[in-house]
Amino acid sequence: MDEQSSAATLPKPVIQLKGVEKHYTMGSIVVKALQGIDLQVFPKDYISILGPSGCGKSTMLNILGCLDKPTLGEYHLDGEDVSQLEDDRLSQVRGKRLGFIFQSYNLIQQLTVLENIEVPLFYQGISEKDSREIAVDLAGQVGLGKRLDHRPTELSGGQQQRVAIARALSNDPAVILADEATGNLDSKSGGDILEIFDALNDRGKTLILITHDEGMADRTNRTIRLKDGLVQFDSKSPNAGGQQH
Amino acid sequence: MKIDEIKNTVSLFRLKRSIILGVKSLWMHKLRSLLTALGIVFGVCSVIAMLAIGEGASYEAQQQIKDLGSQNIILQSIKPTNTTTAGEQERSLILEYGLTFRDISQIQSTIPGVEVTVPSRDVKDFIWRLSLSVDGTAQGTVPWFPEMKNRDVIKGRFFTQVEMERRSNVCILTESLARKLFPLDEPIGSAVRMQRSYFRVIGVIEDKPTSAGSETDLSTEDDSGDSMAMLIPITTLADHFGEVLFKYRSGSFEAEKVEVHEVTVRIEEADRVLPAAQAIRHMLERNHSDSDYKMTVPLDLLRRAERTKQIFNIVLGSIAAISLIVGGIGIMNIMLATVTERTREIGIRRALGAKRKDIVLQFLIETVLLSGTGGLIGVALGLSIPLIISHFAEMKTIIQLWAPVLAFTISVVTGVLFGIYPAFRAAGLSPVEALRHE
Repeated sequence: MDEQSSAATLPKPVIQLKGVEKHYTMGSIVVKALQGIDLQVFPKDYISILGPSGCGKSTMLNILGCLDKPTLGEYHLDGEDVSQLEDDRLSQVRGKRLGFIFQSYNLIQQLTVLENIEVPLFYQGISEKDSREIAVDLAGQVGLGKRLDHRPTELSGGQQQRVAIARALSNDPAVILADEATGNLDSKSGGDILEIFDALNDRGKTLILITHDEGMADRTNRTIRLKDGLVQFDSKSPNAGGQQH
Repeated sequence: MKIDEIKNTVSLFRLKRSIILGVKSLWMHKLRSLLTALGIVFGVCSVIAMLAIGEGASYEAQQQIKDLGSQNIILQSIKPTNTTTAGEQERSLILEYGLTFRDISQIQSTIPGVEVTVPSRDVKDFIWRLSLSVDGTAQGTVPWFPEMKNRDVIKGRFFTQVEMERRSNVCILTESLARKLFPLDEPIGSAVRMQRSYFRVIGVIEDKPTSAGSETDLSTEDDSGDSMAMLIPITTLADHFGEVLFKYRSGSFEAEKVEVHEVTVRIEEADRVLPAAQAIRHMLERNHSDSDYKMTVPLDLLRRAERTKQIFNIVLGSIAAISLIVGGIGIMNIMLATVTERTREIGIRRALGAKRKDIVLQFLIETVLLSGTGGLIGVALGLSIPLIISHFAEMKTIIQLWAPVLAFTISVVTGVLFGIYPAFRAAGLSPVEALRHE
């Protein structure tokens, strides 16, 4: 906790949301999935975002992951305002600064373990040789050093998720976003994945886990609870409301 | 400079990786890819094969017409049609018809641009050499016959002006006749006989080219004697066989008087051939009440053959276009299905940093790979089919270099055209939607 509080004094948050709202139009009804989120994430944060289904978790992930633009409000990622960037720039931001880990792994079936890890590097324009080196190294780190040329279908769920983690790390992102990363795994494999997350955070990575698993809250060093599109609780500022500083 | 270089290498490297990726994706569904490419394969293959066959056929026709000489107008005497149906009593009478020397001199003196004329007159009978005989023709003509008819003298020489004036008993055999009468020994210097006249062989000439279809059929009577001919001075022919020709046919006897069987008129300039032909036609119409002659204008035939070829090419082009469009639609159909099937993959790639144009490129590369591979296979098949045809059907086929190049280019262009819509549809998906796709 001491370390975290010192982190809070850092001048530069890696993620800063100001009054972010997301509206969806369904026919004539406007649904406000997010109703004004304020949030700051600092380097080395290890956050779990919790909430019942329909609370805006997925929308939150899409906004944080630059997969979707907020209707209102500002989103600064790594010092850059990304809230209203054009499509190509958003792709660049995703490829460079974000790492994604999905519930259903989302590996590309026709590619091998190594090639899957290389995908973000490919879009970054990293040379074949360099990206091969990085991919081999990362595969080793997640314990798949002997399965480099296997296809996703030849791997277990836990192994596939470890490939996904390696892939999320390949571009050395500012933030890693994990969406129900253990949702499809048995408790043993899920535990292994969570241990990797812990280790990554120990190495200084910023992680945001989106989950409905209450057990996660104990594991991470900061918990945010969403309800009806608003931050209901933030363990960093337990006074709720989300307003910090 | 340097930045450009780096950009180039980066994009080349990406292109290479994208192509490898495309091959992998297509390889995952081998059968589907193969079936999709088949449309293009057959399209390209049929274009090349049809062009080769068409080109071969029209080349042969044009060659035959050209052999007649594009500056020539050929006039032939034909038996008037009304006499063949006449009663039996007319059979024994001497039938007089056809072109005359008067016609020739009139043509030479009145039609502008006439350079040379070659008259020829035929006598059909057996040609003898010792005890060997062949049913053939003695064709009386003039010394400039070989040049005008584009027929080379293979051995020996043609007869000269002096020999014609002296009415010498010399003859030039056609290649086929020489082979028949002199299977083993040298014909030149030997003698052949027709009826009671002997002729010394002084040369061997090429056979008359085989006629190219009915339009250019130059034989007035049965073709059989045409290749079996000996050429003698037209003066000698008149001396030995007289003006009236006798024929024995199935027991009855026929006599006809024909001054000239064939006249070849050469016009100085090619662009005056058609007006001259028109003038000759008018002139002959005035002199001949019966239609006892026939006019052939090789240039006119050539023009007509070229026009036919143009129409043929348009038809071929349409067929090719249709088959390639059908192939292209097949590709588009499959690519649209692929886009739907791989929506998830598109979402993943977009999340991992792919721009819209990366997705467009990826799908375009796949369609171009499909159509390009199909095109290559099509070219290979299209090149081998004409070979097989000309080997087994003995038909001439000509593959022009541009045909496979064009067909292949079109196949690739088809791939791009029909790949654009699916590719943009794939790229247009929002990443969130695409990721949610099951």
